[in-house]
Amino acid sequence: MSWTTEQLAGLVEPDRAHRKAYTDPEIFDLEMERIFERTWIYVGHESQVKNPGDYYLAQIGRQPVVMVRDQQGQVHVLYNRCPHRGAQLCSARSGNAGNHFYCSYHAWTFHLDGKLESMPAKQGYDGTNLDFDNPEFSVSRPARTDNYRGFWFASLSDDGVDLKTHLGESAAAFDQLIDRAPGKETEIVGSCFRMVQQSNWKIFLENQLDSSHPGVTHESTGKAAQHLEKTIREDGRDVPMELAFLSDLARLGHDGWTKFGTVGYRNGHSSLEGYMGLRPDAPDTTEYVRRMYEAYGEKKAEEILGINIHHMLVYPCMSIQPPLQQLRTIRPLGADRTMTEIWHFRLKDAPEAIYRRSLTYYYLVNSPSTMVNADDLFNWWKCQHGLESSASEWVSFHRNAGQDEDHDGITRSAPDSMSEMPLRHMMHAWRDYMTSGEGV
Amino acid sequence: MEDVAQLLAGRDPFAVANVSTETQRTAEQFLYRQAELLDEKQWDNWFALFADDGFYWMPAEEDQTEGDGQPNIFWESHDLMLMRVARNEHPRAHSQAPHNRLCHVVSNVIVESEEANGDLVVRSRFHCAEYLRYEVRNFTGKYRHYLRKTGDGYQIAVQRVDLVNREGPYEYVLQWWL
Repeated sequence: MSWTTEQLAGLVEPDRAHRKAYTDPEIFDLEMERIFERTWIYVGHESQVKNPGDYYLAQIGRQPVVMVRDQQGQVHVLYNRCPHRGAQLCSARSGNAGNHFYCSYHAWTFHLDGKLESMPAKQGYDGTNLDFDNPEFSVSRPARTDNYRGFWFASLSDDGVDLKTHLGESAAAFDQLIDRAPGKETEIVGSCFRMVQQSNWKIFLENQLDSSHPGVTHESTGKAAQHLEKTIREDGRDVPMELAFLSDLARLGHDGWTKFGTVGYRNGHSSLEGYMGLRPDAPDTTEYVRRMYEAYGEKKAEEILGINIHHMLVYPCMSIQPPLQQLRTIRPLGADRTMTEIWHFRLKDAPEAIYRRSLTYYYLVNSPSTMVNADDLFNWWKCQHGLESSASEWVSFHRNAGQDEDHDGITRSAPDSMSEMPLRHMMHAWRDYMTSGEGV
Repeated sequence: MEDVAQLLAGRDPFAVANVSTETQRTAEQFLYRQAELLDEKQWDNWFALFADDGFYWMPAEEDQTEGDGQPNIFWESHDLMLMRVARNEHPRAHSQAPHNRLCHVVSNVIVESEEANGDLVVRSRFHCAEYLRYEVRNFTGKYRHYLRKTGDGYQIAVQRVDLVNREGPYEYVLQWWL
């Protein structure tokens, strides 16, 4: 079938969404067309391409792109496709292209800004329509590219709001990734981990701000961490702080999780407020705060450290945890397959221990051997299979429905709840993108 | 803390030590035994193969020489290994229901160095099939063990595991060691 606007709008109700939104391949194609190949999608951070010639591959919807730094230091985002016969110009995920891109098929070369440079036996094109100044014969560029403080995005549509307007309140997550550095810069560490989820991309986003799942999904990990903490204490050793990342999963319980509010913003973005005790009186933390005071002054430093975001979702493609310098971007592969790229950052001039905290979280929660996401991935896989069933047509988002507080485009979850507000919020934005091409 | 990964750094990765048949056999038996204990989930005996300060290490990058303070696929001390078992064996480890099965083949065992104090550096290749959720997945790669000589045998100071497809993408989570 082909979906009409009315039918698409009918897939989302105030407190539930239709299962086809997660399972139908035609809807997936429409999502690529109307969301991912239209709005602003994250490409990468400038520190992934530090030197001239450095490139990094990314994906915008179904379109392969390459982020590259040219000889003058300017970052470009280009389609990874030779205008001659369509071969991908770069095949390694990252590398250095040198002075120009060189196509492995017929040796056409391109400047790093994509402009056609040369090809062998050029006289064969004499008297033809091939024109070095016609952009058709250079590497294509997305309609719009822009960056927010070194985080690069592209939009494949000429229409729509600019990047800053699109990000709106969610830009605070990028600010936090940078401003928490006493050196006022942030840098990607190493490469990313790539994990494929056997489930729809929306299931991932919904899970990230679902505060009623951690104690259930991650019970085994939380309990195992608590047990280990006990053993270490009995041995007379100090319990490493990182274990609390995991033992909290069991310790908080449902009552604990009701303390953390969620907020919905324009264009489908949303956040979970902070819950981790990341400022204990440990010497490393004290030293970090001292360096922040020194860099910013006390007032500004406290303002930065006081921003209450544990998790920010930048719709439709990112999940960022600024206090732990984690960034995940999603690259949907199909209605039932989603690639995630998971990065972590080092804050310039922060004590090494602050980096170790990010690294440990990256390892325990986000690595291919994760003891946390293993159970998430399994639940999402089960959801995807369950939603193939026609036993019911609907996915329920009823928790605290009707109690969301709207004020000037910002939606807050009901107090002391584990409200499913963010899930409702994102599906309402989804409906707007799908039916009008713009978020609300 | 000393980074035990350093025990493997700066060595000729193609070295072949001239060792006795007995030493070669002991090294091989040690690796076969380790694989068997892992496949059979004999955790207490498996842990006993590691020195108290020993690490199980799967680096994220081929040219990585340090484990501590680096992004890794696995970097597990005794404490974290104990936690992994406690988690995976917990009745509500949802993704372990039903439990997986592992089957290792270890081969190409070369003793690369026999130190003056009797410690051994041993490299080998492995293939491992994992059966999980009614499907088989295959893993293969290279082991490098630093075996510390003890009174009655050897203990692992560090086991480095280089997966051939380390860059991923990972279609699964590696919940057990390989």
